Amino acid sequence: MNALFFRLQHRYAPYLFVAPFVILFLTFTLYPIAKSLSLSFYITNGPKSQVFVGWDNFRFLWGDPAFHRAVWNTCTYALTSVFLQLPLSLGLALLLNSRLVKGRNFFRFGFFSPHLVGQVFVAVLFSVVFIPKFGLLNRVLHALVGTAIDTKWLGNPELVMPALVLTSLWMYVGFNMIYFLAALQSVDRELYEAAQVDGAGAFKQFVHVTLPGIRSVAVFVTVLSTIGSFQLFELPYVMLSNTAGPDNSGLTVVMYLFQNGFIAGDLGYASAIGWTLTMGVLVISLAQMRLTGTWKRED
Amino acid sequence: MGWQRFGLHAVLVLCSVVMLTPMVWLVAATIKGPDDLFHYLFFPSPSRFSLYNFRQLFEQIPYVRFMINSLFVAGATVLVQLFFSSLGGFALAKYEFKGKRLIMVLMLTTMMIPAQVMLAPMYELIYAMGLVDSYWGLIIPGAVSVFGMFLFRQSMLDLPDDLLQAGRIDGCTELRLYWDVVLPVQRPMIGAFCLIAFMGSWNNFLWPQIILHSQERFTLPIGLNQMVGLYAQEYGAMMAGTLLAVLPVVLLFFLLQKEFISGLTAGAVKG
Repeated sequence: MNALFFRLQHRYAPYLFVAPFVILFLTFTLYPIAKSLSLSFYITNGPKSQVFVGWDNFRFLWGDPAFHRAVWNTCTYALTSVFLQLPLSLGLALLLNSRLVKGRNFFRFGFFSPHLVGQVFVAVLFSVVFIPKFGLLNRVLHALVGTAIDTKWLGNPELVMPALVLTSLWMYVGFNMIYFLAALQSVDRELYEAAQVDGAGAFKQFVHVTLPGIRSVAVFVTVLSTIGSFQLFELPYVMLSNTAGPDNSGLTVVMYLFQNGFIAGDLGYASAIGWTLTMGVLVISLAQMRLTGTWKRED
Repeated sequence: MGWQRFGLHAVLVLCSVVMLTPMVWLVAATIKGPDDLFHYLFFPSPSRFSLYNFRQLFEQIPYVRFMINSLFVAGATVLVQLFFSSLGGFALAKYEFKGKRLIMVLMLTTMMIPAQVMLAPMYELIYAMGLVDSYWGLIIPGAVSVFGMFLFRQSMLDLPDDLLQAGRIDGCTELRLYWDVVLPVQRPMIGAFCLIAFMGSWNNFLWPQIILHSQERFTLPIGLNQMVGLYAQEYGAMMAGTLLAVLPVVLLFFLLQKEFISGLTAGAVKG
């Protein structure tokens, strides 16, 4: 009897251990995803009244200028975070990885520390950094150029996106640097020595030793920050005092979803936006993994 | 070599200054009176230090209440996530069972699908369960962290099977093994995960914003955001609220920083 209990508990233990994940996955992931697909064919008004409209939500979305604006803004932000922020992170990591550096831990903490301030709090802080006349940014610019600067960073539709990008650089450059630095430190030093013996200069070493050595991490970071940037919401929403900014210049896809679903109460349209976002993100991240030749296989 | 070393450090110092200036500015702003706030760029002379902003903060909004709410929600979330994620990670790392591959695939998919697509049905679900405007509505849907399961699986792969086998021969049930043998040696990863989970919950905005309706239940991000809307000109008080909201995370970071950096990068570098 006791032996039987022991065998059974050994056999069924793993199922029990993953059960919480499975239950939550079914209830709070699989069901909502399926439900949101069906919801996207309805016009709803709060959780109770629903009218089936077929493809109308998607058709409307296709011609919705506000949605176009949101997609444009989100893509701009995502592109800058991949092509501006990640190279900067890698650059900082390369500098920090140099053998000449003294006080590496201090610098690492210094660069990383903005990430400890969460998105909403960063947004509150930077909403004040960007105020005209007295904000930190304009004061610093004033000190640099010598004349008083009165730029309305968050009031000028042309400048809202640059302000957002600047904020996210501050918040994420050091964070992504941590990944690159760890990857760089795991590259075998002997490979560099071998390359040096073969007469490879700094650039050749970077291309032939460093890049292959950090490739899997680079792909991981790129995919994660792309997915993350497409979900941009908190920064603009809080920085722009819960609005989309002048001329919708700070409107993002998720913000548009939130506005439609939870302020206007049309969960159906919100779901259509959500599905469009999901398809976009999936296609882009799969393409990234394909292009970089990384089909992550789990063994 | 000398100038190279100097140039390198000059660039690093410059970058650190850029990164740290907004924070110094934040700290300075909190201890200036309303007249000094924009008069001095950073710190005035110590004789002009003032607690005005903190007084404003506590008078205008129930800040302490928000802080307690946040601590409660984040604390509960961390404990629940820690338990379920490490348990799941253990199963994935050290057992062979039917459906294991499927579970791994489902986990990867979950991580790639933007959570926002689920917002509308999740709201309906939480509404149907009667959990709108309650902390359960925050804690239950996030009770298992997929990222955490990956982290724990990754670090538990290195556990020697002999150790587990020895425990079994001594008569440990599998749950006992997890509790008495596996968890104690996972200390560093537990530390890392606690910080990651705490930060996730502490900074969580969109979902709480949707389901929390009454002010006395607001967490800090929700409460502070509301304040920005209501008292847009109270820059000093806003800065004070931001500073106090960041302190718990900073404190926890200093307690756990070693584990955190290694935990954060473990999954990426190994996998």
